[in-house]
Amino acid sequence: MAGTTVPGRLTWTLASVRESIPETLGARTLVLDVPGWRGHRPGQHVDIRLTAEDGYQAERSYSIASAPDGERVELTVERLDDGEVSPYLTEELRAGDRLELRGPIGGYFTWEAANGGPLLLVGGGSGIVPLMAMLRHRAASGGRTIPTRLLGSFRSFDAILYRDEIERLAETDGELGVMWTLTRAQPPGWTGSSRRIDAALLAEAGWPPEARPLVYVCGPTPFVETVAATLVALGHAPSRVKTERFGPTGG
Amino acid sequence: MDDSMRQLDGNAAAGLLAEIFAFDITSAQAVCNGCHAVEPVATLLAYGLEMGAILRCPGCGHALLRVSRLDDGCWLDLRGMSVLRVSMTGLNGS
Repeated sequence: MAGTTVPGRLTWTLASVRESIPETLGARTLVLDVPGWRGHRPGQHVDIRLTAEDGYQAERSYSIASAPDGERVELTVERLDDGEVSPYLTEELRAGDRLELRGPIGGYFTWEAANGGPLLLVGGGSGIVPLMAMLRHRAASGGRTIPTRLLGSFRSFDAILYRDEIERLAETDGELGVMWTLTRAQPPGWTGSSRRIDAALLAEAGWPPEARPLVYVCGPTPFVETVAATLVALGHAPSRVKTERFGPTGG
Repeated sequence: MDDSMRQLDGNAAAGLLAEIFAFDITSAQAVCNGCHAVEPVATLLAYGLEMGAILRCPGCGHALLRVSRLDDGCWLDLRGMSVLRVSMTGLNGS
């Protein structure tokens, strides 16, 4: 929209695609160079705007997956078959292509090492993306002393995002605990959890309310509502349970 | 994926609202005129999001905020909230 460029307010900029990396069958990570990027806080997102030849525009929000790192910004995009934007981002976009972007956006669902812990991160599907930015920032910023637990819920083993990197992090980090639950399909010999997140799983994977953890829950709406309500029922203060519905990764 | 899976919240409206507000309004606490619940704007349910958005109370469904992008500017209707509390100790949300 013309005439809205007020200094200090959010404006669109052109990012260039450095790389597009497959994560799972349906998700890719876009590594972007964003000239003039002023940094971000883990948990924030960007808006992406695509413009068709006839002028039709579509905007979507995508969580930043990377820790703050100069002008480099990584987004992980899950392909939605009937989406307007995600099929283009995951299938058409190539290194060197340019993309309209604005951000960083959102100050509520953010965590930095200075906020302390203990920390409980609960992600469903691509809801893990902003939580990954928090984990990467924690590892990169000397936050490894902050006791942290991640509970990730995915449909199947192959659908787990960042599994290798997260498990590598946990192997060398005594303060980081990771638990996966696979809700639809489990590989042969799977000894982990295989049900939707409930009170028992949150009690096992997370922290008791007395530890007063900071909790971040991100996923589809039914997931977020169930997990947040269960955490409050377990005795966690609602003000310490921050939620974000689906990524935000829609379309 | 059914519609309930796609339901977004105020976090997703943060970019649209940042076209108007020079601070992050999604971190502010709003009091719902319908049920008097106090919620961060980030946790309100978001509808629309292309040409504008409506943010509704997750408890009672009351519309707290309406924003429309029109040719003559952004139109903002805040009648659904009685109070907006903005933290002055961390305008970026902490």
